[in-house]
Amino acid sequence: MSDILDILLAANFWAAALRIATPLIFGVLGALLCERAGVLNLGIEGIFTAGAMAGWMAAWLGAGLWGGVMVAALAGAAFGLLHAILTVPLGLSQHVSGIGVTLFATSLSYYTYRTALPDVSSPPRIEAFQPLDIPVLSDLPFLGPALFQQTALTFLALALVVAVGFVLYRTPLGLAIRAVGDNPSAVEAQGLSVMALRIGTVVAGSALMALGGAFLTMSAFDAFFFGMVNGRGWICIALTVFASWRPGKALIGALLFGAFDAFQVRLQTEVGSFVPGQVFLMLPYILSIAALVVVARKADYPRALLKPYFKGQR
Amino acid sequence: MIRFEPREHVSPLRRIAAPVIAAVAALAVASLAIAAAGAPVLEAYGLMAKGAFGSAFAMSELLARATPLIFTGLAAAVAFRAKLWNIGGEGQLYAGALAAVAVGTGALALPGPLLIPTVILAGALAGGLLMLIPALLKVRLGADEVVTTLLLNFVVILFVQMMLEGPMKDPMGMGWPQSEPMLDEAMLPKLMDRMRVHAGLILALVAALGVHIVLKRTVWGFETRAVGENPEAARHAGIPVTATFLRVALLSGGLAGLAGVGEVAGLKGYLTADLSPGFGYAGIVVAMLAGLSPVGVVVAALFIAGIFVGADSMSRAIGVSNYLADLVVATSLICVLVSGLFVRFKVRFVRVGTGKGAA
Amino acid sequence: MTVPVEAPPVALSLSGITKRFGALTANEAVDLDLHRGEIVALLGENGAGKTTLMNILFGHYVADEGNVRVAQADGTLVPLEPGSPHAALEAGIGMVHQHFTLAENLTVLENIMLGTAALFSTGGGARAAREKLDDLMRRSGLVVDLDARISRLSVGEKQRVEILKALYRDARVLVLDEPTAVLTPQESDTLFETLKALAAQGLAIVFISHKLAEVLAASDRIAVLRLGRKVADLPSVDCDRQKLAELMVGHEVTMSRREPQASGEVLLSLSAVTCGEGRDTVSDIGFDLHAGEILGIAGVSGNGQAMLARLLSGLEQQTSGDIRLAGREIRAHDAADMIRAGVARIPEDRHRDGVVGAMSVAENLVIEEIRSPRYQRFGFLDFRAIAARAVEAIAGYDIRCPGGDAVARLLSGGNIQKIVLARTLDAEPSVVLAAQPSRGLDIGATGDVHRRLLEARGRGAGVILISEDLDELFALSDRIAVIHRGRLSPPRPAEDLNRAAVGLMMAGQHTEDAAA
Repeated sequence: MSDILDILLAANFWAAALRIATPLIFGVLGALLCERAGVLNLGIEGIFTAGAMAGWMAAWLGAGLWGGVMVAALAGAAFGLLHAILTVPLGLSQHVSGIGVTLFATSLSYYTYRTALPDVSSPPRIEAFQPLDIPVLSDLPFLGPALFQQTALTFLALALVVAVGFVLYRTPLGLAIRAVGDNPSAVEAQGLSVMALRIGTVVAGSALMALGGAFLTMSAFDAFFFGMVNGRGWICIALTVFASWRPGKALIGALLFGAFDAFQVRLQTEVGSFVPGQVFLMLPYILSIAALVVVARKADYPRALLKPYFKGQR
Repeated sequence: MIRFEPREHVSPLRRIAAPVIAAVAALAVASLAIAAAGAPVLEAYGLMAKGAFGSAFAMSELLARATPLIFTGLAAAVAFRAKLWNIGGEGQLYAGALAAVAVGTGALALPGPLLIPTVILAGALAGGLLMLIPALLKVRLGADEVVTTLLLNFVVILFVQMMLEGPMKDPMGMGWPQSEPMLDEAMLPKLMDRMRVHAGLILALVAALGVHIVLKRTVWGFETRAVGENPEAARHAGIPVTATFLRVALLSGGLAGLAGVGEVAGLKGYLTADLSPGFGYAGIVVAMLAGLSPVGVVVAALFIAGIFVGADSMSRAIGVSNYLADLVVATSLICVLVSGLFVRFKVRFVRVGTGKGAA
Repeated sequence: MTVPVEAPPVALSLSGITKRFGALTANEAVDLDLHRGEIVALLGENGAGKTTLMNILFGHYVADEGNVRVAQADGTLVPLEPGSPHAALEAGIGMVHQHFTLAENLTVLENIMLGTAALFSTGGGARAAREKLDDLMRRSGLVVDLDARISRLSVGEKQRVEILKALYRDARVLVLDEPTAVLTPQESDTLFETLKALAAQGLAIVFISHKLAEVLAASDRIAVLRLGRKVADLPSVDCDRQKLAELMVGHEVTMSRREPQASGEVLLSLSAVTCGEGRDTVSDIGFDLHAGEILGIAGVSGNGQAMLARLLSGLEQQTSGDIRLAGREIRAHDAADMIRAGVARIPEDRHRDGVVGAMSVAENLVIEEIRSPRYQRFGFLDFRAIAARAVEAIAGYDIRCPGGDAVARLLSGGNIQKIVLARTLDAEPSVVLAAQPSRGLDIGATGDVHRRLLEARGRGAGVILISEDLDELFALSDRIAVIHRGRLSPPRPAEDLNRAAVGLMMAGQHTEDAAA
């Protein structure tokens, strides 16, 4: 019992929780934007991979870390545009198109990486983002190491929670996005373009997802590995439902998830000799399923989610 | 502005044209990738064709590779017919393989003629029961099966790793995480001497035929189609919607489980955690290329298998990454979605916003 | 059409509008002028092209030929950019759609302000909007709580929001598509009073309707559409019901009428039945349905009749109370049980619940009995029997389709309803549940439906007819009950009731003093 308390009271536990949560924050924000506009984006897993690969590759080729982040976002936006074109004007199944985008983005990323680096035995490394040293805050006892010794991308994720919340709830654009995911004909009847709104939102949301991938290769690690996304995208889709499509709750959900994951890693070192390691590795996925099941019945899905809309249709 | 008008009648030729156009388009897109890698495109495709069809050995490899794809393709086709989005074929494949190994490595002392059917049944049952979990979560609790099946894939593969490092580890395996070998009597017979193609292929073809008959000619198939196309109307007409979903889930998971059985009992002889290079996900592409038709699945599986086998062979010869195969597979899924649109609808482009309206 | 000298200035002018969908011509060379301060009714049957015409006006569709011109502030007519709702709104055209175009997850104010500010701005202006809306509500009498979520509003309130949306954008022309379809007679009267007041303030108004009574009462001028063409354009004072009905249909109209008939034993009996939770509920309802009678259930949609239909269709279970079918208590029943018990169910939404659109006509004809030995052996389908059944039903019910193999989705609404009728009524059911059976059908198809229901009654079946259409209810029903907020009034002989009384009951007025 005291061991558990020790874990929870250590500053590095909370730092780890926030670090683990960061890519999920990006991913859930991206997913909730798309779904608020009425489009399920199962391309997320592949977009994570593409962001991870493209961002890392750009940095490795000398574009600089922020250059890499930009490239990752652009790559995400490009795959988002593909998904948007397939699902919005063409009205194809969002499920199948999303899986297709994931397969496409993943295989293209792997192929590109392999083609650019045919003969490397160990993955090349870049100089990744380093924890920021914020005057005063980083030096606070406990809180400093727990919350304020993160890299710039983590702070970017936190800032985006506020930004996405502001756009959704405080601007005419956000009003239109919330409306188009509930009843597209309401948007069309007020003279706005359903198609432009949906495509734009999916592209922007996909760019955010790709930042989650970029965090993996440019902050959490400093290299690109095959299979490194490892289901994080799918976890984000589950967390989006758990978060009721709200940015604030998305942050809470991602942090809870990060805390749980950090906790199980630490618990593993305590009891690892009795329990196989895979049990701990399974927990994040099982937790995501559980989170989905708990909220499923009363989840308030955007009413127009998954439903294609054609002009003049009511 | 684009307008879609449903076609009253879709000719069979058009139906077949969609996947063919998609396959050609995917290969065209992939040729850009080959060119980008600095390799000669035509030579690369030549090598791929040779690697997939160029010899008896190549054909055997092709058929061996197509076998699991037929099963996972059927699994996806059956589920998608009922609009049950089973994306968990990969996990169900591993569950089937695990059950086959558990039964086939000596746990049951049965004579060969009984052991093989038992192995097959165990694998199908394991896959089916695994799929039953997300199906029940969907019908009872409303949890979206796409996410649950996807996440379960990771759980199952970790579980397999755990078993292979623990209770099912081969003591003679030199420390590698792999299972004990299957008993010889539990192995599916080879179809040709010194070739890898095995009786799993026959099983897959029988399964395709069986699914075709079930879907087209039986009450169950009728009910599956009704539930998939319009669950509200099906329920109103007295069709047991929940039972139909669960039945489809069992069948779909069972078919994916058989893919795992074939791989361990037909090909490898033991289980490792890297048994499948993504057959479960490729099965979705197979099903979509096939237009969810069981017979089409066989053809589409041969195409996808040809891409995989050919790309492997070409990759060895001229050093283009064999991730090219995954790229072709993914691209053909997207292409078949788009070309399918042109089959089902007349697509009209309507000019808008200029003087008088134009038709 | 020439504009009389004394008429107020033209606000809107449609000329030569033609619109085709594939082989179907929805509008053909339609001209229509609308003047400031006048109310024009656009009358026609379902499928006559009324909604298409208004959708062209509002930019949802683009006309194949013809143009729309709108008066600017100074009165000059300028062409309207086709295919752009945005342009229509800018030109001062407001449209109230039959199916409300409101986002349920937003508030009234948010819905009204949607699209009125530049998307990429920080918004604001809510206070100014409130002031403007307060003023509009005062002047028009259309009062709603601006901060209420749309999902909490009643149908009547939602319609007010739709009109306010148009007025907020300074509409000079207001188009309403079937505005009374979901209102009680009393609510409809209030609506038309409001419209008259708005017209007096200079607004030009067009409303679409197929109800003769309200068209005559509420409009200054009536334009009649038939099969896409404008066949008449007359001042309302020169019209009467008979004349309008004939213009609308193109020939003389005779309604099916029931012959007096003695009713028999009790077939279906509900007592103190409660079902559902939330808004769509029925509570504590009871009635007896006799053999050989049609029991009409009147009510404005959303008052629980959908739940009652789902309950009797076997799609919902009662939470309390007894349902007895031919004396036998039924409990924990599903749709298959009801079919076996001889209950024919004609669903309200025939496209969603009635047919599987992607399956064939033949398959839809046998879907309820697919497990019966008639159509399968050992689980294998008997295609010959299925095809034979399709031939029989297509002939017997005059289902217009290329054949049994045709995909059901491609059929017209009337023919889809015939599939449902053939499937349910040919089994000679003892009880028939018909929920809004003629909604959205033209007069010909409606007549077919009525004839079939009367046949079933003549055969000795008990028929429950759930409808919002009082003409239909009074023409067919032996007894009528009214459902309001989930409660059902005791059925009374139709002869003892009149339209006004039923209208009051539909609005929730007490039943004792409402009898004629």
